[in-house]
Amino acid sequence: MTTITAAVTIRGVEKVFNDGSPDRVEALGAIDLTIPPGEFVTLLGPSGCGKSTLLRIIGDLVQPSAGTVAVNGKEAPQARRDRDYGIVFQQATLYEWRSVLKNVELPLEIMGRSREDRERRARAMLDLVQLTEFERYFPFQLSGGMQQRVAIARALSFEPSILLMDEPFGALDEMTRERMQAELLRIWSQTGTTVIFVTHSIPEAVFLSSRVVVMSPRPGRIAGIVEIDLPQPRNDDTREHPRFYAKLTEVRETLRSVEPA
Amino acid sequence: MTTATGIRRAPPVGTVLRRYLPAVLIFIAGIALWEGIVIVFHIRTFLLPRPSRIASVFVDQFEVVVSAGWLTMRKAMVGFALGAAGGIGVALLTSRWPIVRDGVMPFAIAVNSTPIIALAPIMNNWFPITSVWPGATVVALIVFFPVMINMVRGLSEVSAGSLELLDSYGATPREVLVKVRIPHALPFVFSAFKVGTTLSVIAAVVSEYFGGSRATLGVYISQQAALFHFAETWAAIMVASFSGIVMYLAIVLVERSVIPWHASIRNVAGT
Repeated sequence: MTTITAAVTIRGVEKVFNDGSPDRVEALGAIDLTIPPGEFVTLLGPSGCGKSTLLRIIGDLVQPSAGTVAVNGKEAPQARRDRDYGIVFQQATLYEWRSVLKNVELPLEIMGRSREDRERRARAMLDLVQLTEFERYFPFQLSGGMQQRVAIARALSFEPSILLMDEPFGALDEMTRERMQAELLRIWSQTGTTVIFVTHSIPEAVFLSSRVVVMSPRPGRIAGIVEIDLPQPRNDDTREHPRFYAKLTEVRETLRSVEPA
Repeated sequence: MTTATGIRRAPPVGTVLRRYLPAVLIFIAGIALWEGIVIVFHIRTFLLPRPSRIASVFVDQFEVVVSAGWLTMRKAMVGFALGAAGGIGVALLTSRWPIVRDGVMPFAIAVNSTPIIALAPIMNNWFPITSVWPGATVVALIVFFPVMINMVRGLSEVSAGSLELLDSYGATPREVLVKVRIPHALPFVFSAFKVGTTLSVIAAVVSEYFGGSRATLGVYISQQAALFHFAETWAAIMVASFSGIVMYLAIVLVERSVIPWHASIRNVAGT
């Protein structure tokens, strides 16, 4: 093999919920998508376009009705067993009985790592998300943004090759959100992880991604893919870059092109 | 005691005093009012004895009522331990085999809303009447159902997201149980325990109203009442409520040490 294996290869993936019943929903229809390693890809679209379902299919949390998903050259269930995925949801989903440090350690605990190794890794991750001083705090003592940073640290603690993020900043206020976006890009550039990110915010998609996959609803399809060739590394200046606006417009028009008149 | 996180930090003494002062004042005022009303309106002792008279009878009868209280509390404690252990055990089985849950829960909820105390005469018939068992069995049944129902809820009402995460870490069902379901169920179990302590003293005393060793609290209360010795009756009721409070506080202490994070959340929430 001379070609580099794609991080994720999706071929003809379809998803039908409640098949054979009156409330049958065609959530995804014939999705093809290839994501190279180290890319930051965003799935963008209105509610009901199946972007979260597609993310869950990639992560083997939902089974496709048709088609195949290959992750690092393996089938998705195998990739899950190999712990290729780090997952962050819109809710931080921290375990409230565990301290911040213990939350980050949980995946490593299940993987049977030694206590010393766990603590070292977890502390390194908390350092990465700049929460070192909070390791002994409990989730309820943290703000929403801090909780989400813990969730990111936890998702990265076992060095998964792919980070799946389902509207992770959706519940945060605008200022925290922008700070978290910048922080995520810093973490992405430091770890080289492939990131697949779901959002319905156009500026968020353009700011973060190397490619924006624009999806249309009923059934969910890829309406178009917009390359975001804005300079890296990105920072707050990126948001004022003239081409940033051009890209926003391009994404917006791709979204509109599929809306029924 | 303080930690870096502020969990389990004891509040300053002044705050504690200010917090409990209203309750203490109301207690003292209530007792004084009771005493005053009985004296002013010449209320007969067999209707409502004065608190001071109850106190003096309590001192006179101290050994009798306290040893009776201890016998009854032992029933409550033995029954509580059995019922709680049984409830937890069955709940764990339902988590391992959901079919058990679907089969057992409707009956558990139905039985839980029936007056189990009504079984007391039957238990008196099944077990040696002067032993700890008739009362303890009623107590165990009364404690079993809320503990089991609450624990099943705590084990099963875990958020889908937290289960998906464990799935993505490749956790086994056993790890999911130990690391997520059981810790999540603990606050549910402790709230059932708290209800259970109160219920268990009530059940132990009331089951003795249907007969039992003369040296128990329930028998003492019903006999003294039958003899119109109401100060003695009230003194024994005091012992019963004290037993209930002691058991309740014991559970609160255990709760604080087992799930401090939960107690702290409640404090933050102000409830």
